[in-house]
Amino acid sequence: MRAVLSIRNLTVALPAGADRPHALEDVSLDLKADEILCVVGESGSGKSMTAGAILGLLPEGVSAQSGEILLEGEDLLRFSDADMRMIRGARIGMIFQEPMTALNPLRTIGDQIAEMFRTHTDLGSSEIMKRVLDLLRDVHIPDPESARRAYPHELSGGQRQRAMIAMALALEPRVLIADEPTTALDVTTQAQILKLIRELQQRKGTAVLFITHDFGVVAEIADRVAVMQSGRVVEEGRADEILNRPQHPYTKALIAAVPPLVPPAPQVVASEPILRIEHVSKTYRKGGLLARNRRVTHAVQDANLVLPRGGTLGIVGESGSGKSTLARCIVRLLDPDTGSIRLGDTDLASLSRKEMRSETRRIQMVFQDPFASLNPRRRAGELVAQGPIIHGEAPSKAYAKAKELFALVGLDPSATERYPHEFSGGQRQRIGLARALALEPEVLVADEPVSALDVSVQAQVLRLLADLRSRLGLSMVFITHDLRVAAQICDRIAVMKSGGVVEEGTTAEVFAAPRHPYTQALLASVPGRDWMPPVQADALLAAS
Amino acid sequence: METVKRLARSPTAVVGLILLALVIGMALSAPVLFPKDPLGLAGRPLQWPLANARFWFGTDTTGRDIAAQIFHGARVSLLIGIVATLLAITIGIVIGAVAGYYGGIIDDVLMRVTEAFQTLPNFLLLLVLVAVFGSDIKTVTIAIGLVSWPAAARLTRAEFLTLRSREFVQACRTLGMRDAQIIFREILPNALPPVIVYASVIMAVAILLESALAFLNLSDPNVPSWGNLIGTGRSVLRTQWYVSAIPGVAILLTVLSVSLVGQGLNDALNPRLKRR
Amino acid sequence: MRVLLLALRRLAASLPTLLIVLIGLFLLLQLAPGDTVDALVAQIGGGDPRMIEELRRYYGLDVSVAVQLGRYVWRLLQLDLGFSAIYGKPVADVILERLPTTLLLMGSALSFAFAAGMALGVLAAQRVNRWPDTLISTLGLIFYATPSFWFGLMGIVIFAVNLGWLPAGGIEEIGAGYTGFRRFLDIAWHLLLPTLTLALIFLATYLRIMRASMLEVMNLEFVRTARAKGLSPGRVISAHVLRNALLPMVTLIGLQAGTMLGGSVVVESVFALPGLGRLAYESVVQRDLNTLLGIVFVSALLVIVVNFLVDLLYARLDPRIVG
Repeated sequence: MRAVLSIRNLTVALPAGADRPHALEDVSLDLKADEILCVVGESGSGKSMTAGAILGLLPEGVSAQSGEILLEGEDLLRFSDADMRMIRGARIGMIFQEPMTALNPLRTIGDQIAEMFRTHTDLGSSEIMKRVLDLLRDVHIPDPESARRAYPHELSGGQRQRAMIAMALALEPRVLIADEPTTALDVTTQAQILKLIRELQQRKGTAVLFITHDFGVVAEIADRVAVMQSGRVVEEGRADEILNRPQHPYTKALIAAVPPLVPPAPQVVASEPILRIEHVSKTYRKGGLLARNRRVTHAVQDANLVLPRGGTLGIVGESGSGKSTLARCIVRLLDPDTGSIRLGDTDLASLSRKEMRSETRRIQMVFQDPFASLNPRRRAGELVAQGPIIHGEAPSKAYAKAKELFALVGLDPSATERYPHEFSGGQRQRIGLARALALEPEVLVADEPVSALDVSVQAQVLRLLADLRSRLGLSMVFITHDLRVAAQICDRIAVMKSGGVVEEGTTAEVFAAPRHPYTQALLASVPGRDWMPPVQADALLAAS
Repeated sequence: METVKRLARSPTAVVGLILLALVIGMALSAPVLFPKDPLGLAGRPLQWPLANARFWFGTDTTGRDIAAQIFHGARVSLLIGIVATLLAITIGIVIGAVAGYYGGIIDDVLMRVTEAFQTLPNFLLLLVLVAVFGSDIKTVTIAIGLVSWPAAARLTRAEFLTLRSREFVQACRTLGMRDAQIIFREILPNALPPVIVYASVIMAVAILLESALAFLNLSDPNVPSWGNLIGTGRSVLRTQWYVSAIPGVAILLTVLSVSLVGQGLNDALNPRLKRR
Repeated sequence: MRVLLLALRRLAASLPTLLIVLIGLFLLLQLAPGDTVDALVAQIGGGDPRMIEELRRYYGLDVSVAVQLGRYVWRLLQLDLGFSAIYGKPVADVILERLPTTLLLMGSALSFAFAAGMALGVLAAQRVNRWPDTLISTLGLIFYATPSFWFGLMGIVIFAVNLGWLPAGGIEEIGAGYTGFRRFLDIAWHLLLPTLTLALIFLATYLRIMRASMLEVMNLEFVRTARAKGLSPGRVISAHVLRNALLPMVTLIGLQAGTMLGGSVVVESVFALPGLGRLAYESVVQRDLNTLLGIVFVSALLVIVVNFLVDLLYARLDPRIVG
């Protein structure tokens, strides 16, 4: 079949002073009608730049240098600005990652969809309104009439993304570009949106260029796959070929880094508990003097959990489930309203702030964001040595220990003099880990420690965590939204929903035979759950 | 170091720094160039600039040397500007930091007080303070500082509100660090750049406030002040307009230099914004 | 309904602020050297202790500070601002006579500063870092650095004295007896220069904020969406950027209401306008503390009212604000 959109030898230049001369180098891709082509790669691979180049919306200072972008035979690179505006929206639609910020907060959903018709057609307003409603119905938004009149903040994330899709498909474009359209969504919502994109694509025969970093999503939705690395397409082919028999070493390494959804054989864990969470609740209250304006959120409701010594307890759930609040209650960043948190014989929940300060050395936390979790104005060594110094260690000893810890977490001990911005995301996460380990805690609470990392880096950090756990005998509470990650690192799993723990058990049990309907729904929503990443000895070597 | 280099590359900052150096030079050289009392009688009143080689800028209605008043006035303007700004920034940072870090009731109370100060027009409040406590130069300086802090407090508070929920601050708390150390050693250095930039705005406004007060003859009559000289010139505005015009230019250039340095500092501290 | 509810809530929230203002003013009065009786006694050239005692009771100064504070707040809440010895009538009457001029001046200066600042800010943002932007931004900095009273005086020298185009002061031609539209024109004529003078520094601020706000919004993702929809650059600005960029400008009106009132003191003095600001100046010169504090109180009320209106406007512009 002939390609609707074909990119021929496209090279896009970056402005002088960037880390590499070209954002895209000699990229060739074919997108056929009625197919979903997944462009997959890590951050900086140039996958989003490809989308920008097609629409002629490259950042300032970035421009296409050579090559062609043919839309049904016409080279878009030769189009004037005015001509490109006739293409955008009408013949190529686009969906973005974050539907909250991609929609104008001050205008209604219906108005923003109608703008497509007002811009590209001469339809009358009643006809436009009818079509907007039809579109909203097409994307299965509950109550399309009120959704039309709603502002973006009044819809849920999934509904907003549905509205975005309705807008992008309003004029039935031949090509739809979706740039990480489900990355910002929860896993169950993601599954619904993926299904919707597939359904609309089949019904309307749209050619979809789907950009993602997630091989699970690829396995779920792709007909064909193109793998990008540093601005080049390194491998392209049918989805099942690439997923199960990757040829290029980079593709092999990427796929090997995807955690399989099947838990490994369970390790033996002592039955003696080190941390017991009993009846912990945390409620947020917001709002004014009038009772009806007050908003009460039960972030955590009567949570009961046990962490065995030397074990890893995974707390999984979607955003708003209360898992992060619970983690912050455990280390007393937040004060729980009720309940007890027993670390050995001490009830952390009942300690005063001052008493808690001295107990902090027994329980430490690793944070999610590798950029926000390190004070940009302190040297890496200082950040690691700070904890022991606060707890009375002599500075010279603390700094010497910091160097040892750097070696332990796989960093160059001579790098302690550098500032956080001189490290990569994965390295920063290692610094955060070293900072937590410096106090030799009995329990480590890790809040989504690998969620902000690229998949290959994520695999490295997970391996490091597993390694440290067995070497240091660490007990760990591991918060994550990613069931694949949870399957690999946790001994026990607790599933949280709307503040409550709905299911708890060994990882093998929960994955093999989930009891609670919500757990079942979560597992059924994991993208690419039926795909088992092939294990290849040489790829594992290449990744480590 | 990086900031200094970027500052040196910004044309705004360079022009500002040159102007500021000029004003500081005037202030420093005043006692050498004009050793006599600038408010004393120097010659025949109302001589036009350059009409008499002794008086570059001429003389005012009572025969005082305008150039001497301009040079000595630079000392007063800069001094009032700097001291009032330091006072305002210190109050603002402490109140903003405590309110932003602790939140809750402490924040409510402190912000109500800040709002009360912002609800009162600052120049009117300045008039009240001068009316009650007199217009001695020290009083005027402190009064200007006292009416200028609320915006600095709000800015500091806003910075603290975003920074306190950053994970690095939470990390400090999980390490067992004390609040005072977190506020002043960990958060404050990160919150400071916008506040320092804002200090240039406070200083510009402080200089303008003092000159307005002096123009209305409500500032200390015993120190040479540009605003005062402009006020003196009002009675002869129709004919000898230069008496008012010259000190006005001095104020304009001084405030402009402070603003330019502030702008340059802003661009240097936020290189991301400049590029766009 | 949502908007009104929100605004009422905000209004209620400003009551404690007003109370703090009142207490602060009262304490200032306490700190002022000598009280009303001392002033009176000094005026009549001394008096015996019995009479002084008598006077203190008459003026309610014989009770504790707390009771005095209570009475003071209660009086002000009834809008009883006391009596002005200088003008020989209640302070409230004196203020009411002067208020319209100040409101007129503030209203015109605010409208001009807002409109011109917005237009220039948009212009600068669209040509960011090119010469129109540099020119506008530099002009903004110069406007900001110009002392308003000096600008006013120089305006008088040029436009009233040398060119004779505009009047040098006053609110209208005294004795001309204009009525209706002719009078309106005359007042507008007289207010032209004062408005420009007062507006200058605010124009500079609005222009800077609008420029920054435009640049920030232009970087947001929904603007990229709008471009991906095929909108022309002009439509992107008018339909998506402008309204979002206006939000900080609206906030600024409320924040600057007080500063503007303060600025009117100087401008009204320069142009001999019979407004509140000039009254404040006169009462400082004449040591009429009662009138001065009355003006401060009324100004605080005015600022609260302006902020109330700003809240209404903001809530209309931004649907995310909930009541």
